[in-house]
Amino acid sequence: MSVPVIGEGPIGGAGNPLRDPGDRRIPRIAGPCGMVIFGVTGDLARKKLMPAIYDLANRGLLPPGFSLVGFARRDWADQDFAQIVHDSVKEHSRTPFSEDVWRQLSEGIRFVPGEFGDATAFGTLKATIDELDRSRGTGGNHAFYLSVPPKFFADVVQSLKTFGLADPVPGSWRRVVIEKPFGHDLLSAQELNRIVGEVFPAGSVFRIDHYLGKETVQNILALRFANEMFEPIWNRGHVDHVQITMAEDIGIAGRAGYYDGIGAARDVIQNHLIQLLALTAMEEPVSFDAASLLSEKLKVLSSVKLPSDLAAHTARGQYVAGWQGGRQVRGYLDEEGMDSRSTTETYAAIRVDVDTRRWAGVPFYLRTGKRLGRRVTEVAIVFSRAPHLPFASTAVEELGKNALVIRVQPDEGVTVRFGSKVPGTAMELRDVTMDFAYGQSFTESSPEAYERLILDVLLGDPPLFPRHEEVEQSWRILDPIEAFWAASGRPDEYIAGTWGPRSADEMLARDSRQWRRP
Amino acid sequence: MTTDLVDTDAAAINTAIIEARMRNGMPATGMVLSLVIDTEEGDHYDALRAATAASRAHPARILVHIARGSRGSTRTAPRLDAEIRAAGESGPGEIVLLRTHGELSQHAEAVVLPLLLPDAPVVAWWPGVGPERMCDAPLGTLAQRRVSDSAAAPKPLDALARRGQGYCPGDTDLAWTRATTWRTMLASALDEPFDQVTGLQVDAEKGNPTAELLALWLEDRMGLPARRKVTKGPGITAVTLTLRIGEIVLHRPDGRLATLSRPGQPDRSVALPRRELSDLLAEELRRLDPDEIFGRTLARLGTERSGARREPSTST
Repeated sequence: MSVPVIGEGPIGGAGNPLRDPGDRRIPRIAGPCGMVIFGVTGDLARKKLMPAIYDLANRGLLPPGFSLVGFARRDWADQDFAQIVHDSVKEHSRTPFSEDVWRQLSEGIRFVPGEFGDATAFGTLKATIDELDRSRGTGGNHAFYLSVPPKFFADVVQSLKTFGLADPVPGSWRRVVIEKPFGHDLLSAQELNRIVGEVFPAGSVFRIDHYLGKETVQNILALRFANEMFEPIWNRGHVDHVQITMAEDIGIAGRAGYYDGIGAARDVIQNHLIQLLALTAMEEPVSFDAASLLSEKLKVLSSVKLPSDLAAHTARGQYVAGWQGGRQVRGYLDEEGMDSRSTTETYAAIRVDVDTRRWAGVPFYLRTGKRLGRRVTEVAIVFSRAPHLPFASTAVEELGKNALVIRVQPDEGVTVRFGSKVPGTAMELRDVTMDFAYGQSFTESSPEAYERLILDVLLGDPPLFPRHEEVEQSWRILDPIEAFWAASGRPDEYIAGTWGPRSADEMLARDSRQWRRP
Repeated sequence: MTTDLVDTDAAAINTAIIEARMRNGMPATGMVLSLVIDTEEGDHYDALRAATAASRAHPARILVHIARGSRGSTRTAPRLDAEIRAAGESGPGEIVLLRTHGELSQHAEAVVLPLLLPDAPVVAWWPGVGPERMCDAPLGTLAQRRVSDSAAAPKPLDALARRGQGYCPGDTDLAWTRATTWRTMLASALDEPFDQVTGLQVDAEKGNPTAELLALWLEDRMGLPARRKVTKGPGITAVTLTLRIGEIVLHRPDGRLATLSRPGQPDRSVALPRRELSDLLAEELRRLDPDEIFGRTLARLGTERSGARREPSTST
């Protein structure tokens, strides 16, 4: 039984006598290389990146001699930075802490203090990298991870270019890794892409959408294309509509500066939800390499159409104070550092249609929000009712539509919802659920998204990274909605801890449907 | 929660498993395989601990067979005692300890068969040396993957040779699993351009079965004979690929940190720790189809050992 796994091509280069496609115990390890992280003091670097690097080392997946360079505005020596990495690894790593692994990793840790536009600092960085190539054998292969706000991208990549850090000597590579947001509209995304593209060729730019590294997201493709029982009904003939939800229970605590003016749609729909939509709706790719996946995703994204009446088919909201899950929380406008007249939405729901033969007439509803009922991400395929029900109408009163729910997080797995007879004498039917809990077992030991993605960056394996074409397509979808919202006053209110504003329910009610309670 | 059943049978055990599941409110199962462990009273604790840890990555129902008294003695009345640990306590699946007494010890497969998960694959594991031919052993016939550990034998190389003689596709040995980290490092070292390899050498403790398998594998892949050099250990201490000019050496003197050196490049260090039992077992549970590379490597052992070097200790 072989399940397609994105990006797992035949291992090994031709000519390596120790590689054999039949030898599946041997994982792929990147060749000699190092990584430079800009913005090592940030949350992401401390909670995700550095622990993920340690976990990779612990699993024996980093190359011998791997080196990690931190770059930030701090007056630190190498040891100070090593201490920061040590602490963050101890606190956040997934695999147990081992002194041996740490000792080996820490030998390759360096720190370069400086501003992002500071010539001296980049000179030092270049010297540091050269020194690592000599002493640790990193072979001129380096990935630059930009864990910094996008406004610094231009400075950083320009400095990399000026100091010749972006140009690999023949036989080696230089790659750049960037995190969302990839712009705030189509124009800014294109501008961002221009800035990065001037310095790094498209194949060397890795955009991280950590959702794509999640096992469950990759499992969408396995579920669809490795099975016989789902794909035949994965179309307008059987599917009534699709709901894609990413709900968070947290507010914007402390991130007012970042979040205000961005809002839920740009923060989440543009990247995560549209990627989930693409994976759910796309046709079968010819293979699971990057080019085939990209072309199928682009095809489906370019066939996405917005409703003509945006007022009727979109909804947005802003949370007000409430008792979320038993804790009193403030409203969005009362958050620290918030402009009390902000019209930024913290909840967004949109309907889109996919104009293809497979999906004609099947709406896709995407919603996301902060301070909702609970933290959950899922893709729900809601099926049509059976065309004929040979039961008395009283028997099927409680029978809903069948649904297949792919639970992305937290409780990874798959739920199937179908009708069943209520035990007893009368023929009465109601919905029951059948759960496959991937999560409980697999997530604990299956690689965290960032590990998979960092490994793929070092290997130069691109299928799990969105290309700029995808980013631009998603802005093409979102821009008209943002423009419409910007022109139509304030978002509706919803009480923190509930499932969004009433307008969102009305939006589905207009289509005679309702949101699932996830 | 643990349920003890004395003088029982598989039907009663199944009932108890279902009752325990219902009580815990988790009637659905997400288990992907049944792991059958054949062991002794004294060894079952360590084996079970490793299996429980491995089952976190590969959710399994774990069935442990413990033969009580001398195996198959007719002087004791045949009897089955079971200890059922409910699912969700130490792992996602339930753990059932099956203690067989008297003649029943020779028919453990009859007890295990009704307790296997429907459809799911079965892995049999002998934490020690294991039977001569695992695929013909009663519990082995139920399994598609059979795991032994030659390193646990008093004479590991002889045990490995017997494993080779009785090999069936689907057999594997933890001595081979221990070679994976070495093989991985060596394979990735050759991903980089390298000069022609003219010689091979594996340095290890005397009688280390993993070193022997590693040497055989290298011989098979490179088409060259490998020298074996005895060192004080621990385990494997170095592998050397001699090139026309210089050599590629992966050197691990302390069983923990290794250094990879190659001509014209600085030495690189890498953690190459000896792995825990649970980790080895988890690797075995990852792929459930026959390991052809292991089969081929073992086959070489047969040809080498029946030749000039030493007669195999068993002959039939």
